[in-house]
Amino acid sequence: MKKISIKINSQAIICDEGKTIMQAARDHGVYLPDLCFHPDLSVKANCRICVVEVKGHNKLATACSTFVQDGLEISTDSERVKRSRNLNLELIFAEHIEKCPTCVWRLNCKLLELADRYKIEITRFKDRKGKRKVYKFANAVEIDGTQCIDCRNCLDACKQMQKINFLKLTGKGADQEIVPVSAGWRRNGKIDCIYCGQCAVHCPVGAAQEQTQWQLVEKVLRDNPPKSPLYKGGKILVAQFAPSIRVSIGEEFGAPYGKIVAGQVAAALKKLGFNYVFDVNFGADITTIVETEELKQRLKAGGALPMFTACCPAWVKYAEFYRPDLIPNLTTARSPQMHAAGLVKTYWAEAMKIDPKNITVVSIMPCTAKKYEAGRAELKVNGLLPVDYVITTRELAFMIKKNKIDFLKLKPEAADNPLGAASGAAAIYGGTGGVMKAALRELGNRRLRTVTVNGIGGIEEVLANLNDYDYVEVMACPDGCIGGGGQPIPTTAAIRKKRLSALHKIDAKSEVRKAHENQAAVKALEWLEGKGKLKEQVLFTKYRRRS
Amino acid sequence: MDIISKIEQAGLVGRGGAGFPVAKKWEAVKNAAGDKKYVVCNAAEGEPGVLKDDYILEHYADRLIDGIKIAIDFLSERRPTSTGRRTSGYLYLRHDYYKKFRKKLAALIKNSAIEIFVEPLSAGYIGGEESAVLNAIEGQRIEPRLKPPLPAVRGLWNRPTLINNAETFYNVSLAAAGGYNNKRFYTISGDCLNEGVYELADDWLIEKILRHTNNYPKFEFFLQAGGGASGEVLNAGQLARPVGGAGSIAVFSLAKHDFKKTVKNWLDFFIKESCGQCAPCREGVLRLREVLIAEKIDWNLFNELLDNLSDASLCALGASVSAPIRSLVNNVFQQVS
Ligand code: SF4
Ligand code: SF4
Ligand code: SF4
Ligand code: SF4
Ligand code: FES
Repeated sequence: MKKISIKINSQAIICDEGKTIMQAARDHGVYLPDLCFHPDLSVKANCRICVVEVKGHNKLATACSTFVQDGLEISTDSERVKRSRNLNLELIFAEHIEKCPTCVWRLNCKLLELADRYKIEITRFKDRKGKRKVYKFANAVEIDGTQCIDCRNCLDACKQMQKINFLKLTGKGADQEIVPVSAGWRRNGKIDCIYCGQCAVHCPVGAAQEQTQWQLVEKVLRDNPPKSPLYKGGKILVAQFAPSIRVSIGEEFGAPYGKIVAGQVAAALKKLGFNYVFDVNFGADITTIVETEELKQRLKAGGALPMFTACCPAWVKYAEFYRPDLIPNLTTARSPQMHAAGLVKTYWAEAMKIDPKNITVVSIMPCTAKKYEAGRAELKVNGLLPVDYVITTRELAFMIKKNKIDFLKLKPEAADNPLGAASGAAAIYGGTGGVMKAALRELGNRRLRTVTVNGIGGIEEVLANLNDYDYVEVMACPDGCIGGGGQPIPTTAAIRKKRLSALHKIDAKSEVRKAHENQAAVKALEWLEGKGKLKEQVLFTKYRRRS
Repeated sequence: MDIISKIEQAGLVGRGGAGFPVAKKWEAVKNAAGDKKYVVCNAAEGEPGVLKDDYILEHYADRLIDGIKIAIDFLSERRPTSTGRRTSGYLYLRHDYYKKFRKKLAALIKNSAIEIFVEPLSAGYIGGEESAVLNAIEGQRIEPRLKPPLPAVRGLWNRPTLINNAETFYNVSLAAAGGYNNKRFYTISGDCLNEGVYELADDWLIEKILRHTNNYPKFEFFLQAGGGASGEVLNAGQLARPVGGAGSIAVFSLAKHDFKKTVKNWLDFFIKESCGQCAPCREGVLRLREVLIAEKIDWNLFNELLDNLSDASLCALGASVSAPIRSLVNNVFQQVS
């Protein structure tokens, strides 16, 4: 790469040709704001808050879209830049109705942060979108038109990354609006949302976001202060957290990307008032054991192949809606959150002598689609939904902040047993290829033709060549759940990489590397043996066509 | 003499407003890497007070088509750097022009590589912006694209694309035949007796044009010259200058037009036509109207919003909002501020 020299705020800088002004500035520690820019998506340059002054240019330039050239003299903080940038911020703020008190973003909001940094008046213009609609996609994701700043990131995430195209832009000028394609006068039968939440994790202002359940969880916690497990009549509150949370949530509290904070998560959940904290990694080991058993059966008995993983509910929705012909190919094994919670309300409840009706299970997931999964009626066990509430990584972080818990200073605690123990193979469930790897460890040196779909946007290629494979892992989110729709913002390719390598570190350090060597998991499965219908209910599921 | 030299000799510049040399643009597309290239003729003028495409289609459709064919041939010639052998063209037509001229045009483009594309009815003013034209043809949302890349490098379906307006292709045809004699089209409209399109020398001054066409007002007036809605406003004492941009002259009787109403009309137009991509324009024009119709105009904010439009808009529509408003204040209604 050719080196060129430019000046930013009078400071001489040598940088690579081919960078944008924004990259060059940030590489050299010069702050530049952004809203519409996201490294995962193509540059749109529509918010115009990254404007800079370039000597010799008539207009201001947007740093995110303008490439450096030898000799450029750039000012990021001239009076002219400040006026324009601040005004654009004020104009944009007037699109975004302030719902701060209930917004999970409140303590982490880019708009508020920029308003504070530049001391702008957030109410200089009257809010103009107060009457816009909120579009809800199942119980998972929503797009709140009253908060939308028209940056179009959600559109691109759904279209360019996920290739689902569920969102479209209608109207023109100030009337433009992001709507689901089915919002018209007639449902469009060909496209449906898969609840992956990539729109949400790419929205700079929380207008596309998860449908929150933290309020409900907070209420349950308030109504049920920590009690002895044997307390009669009250609810026993159980939290279980997903494999990928432990390498991402630290970011919300300023920890470096990829910091492993499993112990702090468990401690924080206890502090919030949960009686028990279990690790979904335990459930992941169950899933691996059950799923590989099924794969072996299918290979031996000639069942539907290739077999697909089905732990990603967004992929399950995709298959049910777009490719119902593939339903027989999905593994019938439930997902880790369902396996774990199902055992909580049966195996563990029995051991603890608690009526399952008095157990409330809250999942902490990197995922918006898990909210949808938790509500699927066919997953009931003895008439009860195994999971009562699902909150995202972001929602948990918000609750921790709201309760003024100093997360990074918490003394790490272990998850409770027996549903707290897990193998290293379970940890890597949180990243692309992990489910596959965990299964292959079980299968030893059997020769299998496998493939991993990393992000639903890449599925077409695999679906076009199904005969080439015996076993297919699909994760709807880029790089798997560590890039999930409920993860901390920002989530970018570079950040996902760091979270992923942290998961591999956990795996490498684990004493137990294989799922079936997890004694606690094996014991739970033994308990289910001979329990006929109950075993069916806890371990397996069904799918149905949804188009 | 090759076509580029002829265009250079004629001194042709784009008529869209920016005045970019035509020969340079053609060369840029010619030199851009790529086998498949496109020529697009923009005949979908959408600015109020500009009707020259209509006039050209009515009187010189043969020349217009000839100009497009010349461009296609030019890009199809082999050169060591470029192999644009498979070049084809689009004639991008306003819907009403298509209805009016379809038969004649169909005959003219028979057996050529030119296809007619009818601008969607909803395209509006922004539908005439050159990169928005490309989006329209591709079936994308009709709005300007972020530049770079320029259409010459990555235009229609990411192929190098030569896009000029109708007047330019007409002029190229004349220049190729040695018949270009430095004329251009003027559209005169508003409070005057002889509204219409006139083909006159390109260096005539505004006053001369008005008098020559019997349009010089006998009442107090101001006018807007150049680029339709974005043209500069001049008073009667400022007419010793040529008309720039798209060649429009709109005459306003002072008795019939007060400041607020005139600006409000313009802002209504911009609010309706803003594509909504960028904050300074989408939000800015809306707030400008709010400030304008308030009982007392907050001039600081008004000017700040105008500056921001010129400084930070994504495309020329937003950037051109301030010129007419500012010149209306400076040249006609100094007392309001
Ligand atoms: S949840 Fe996924 S599929 Fe649904 S709109 Fe968002 S990005 Fe598209
Ligand atoms: S919902 Fe969010 S990402 Fe989508 S356009 Fe609005 S602000 Fe941007
Ligand atoms: S990849 Fe993970 S986070 Fe994303 S939808 Fe699937 S399960 Fe949820
Ligand atoms: S200035 Fe911005 S909003 Fe206005 S028309 Fe151009 S791109 Fe669209
Ligand atoms: S971040 Fe550059 S224009 Fe939005």
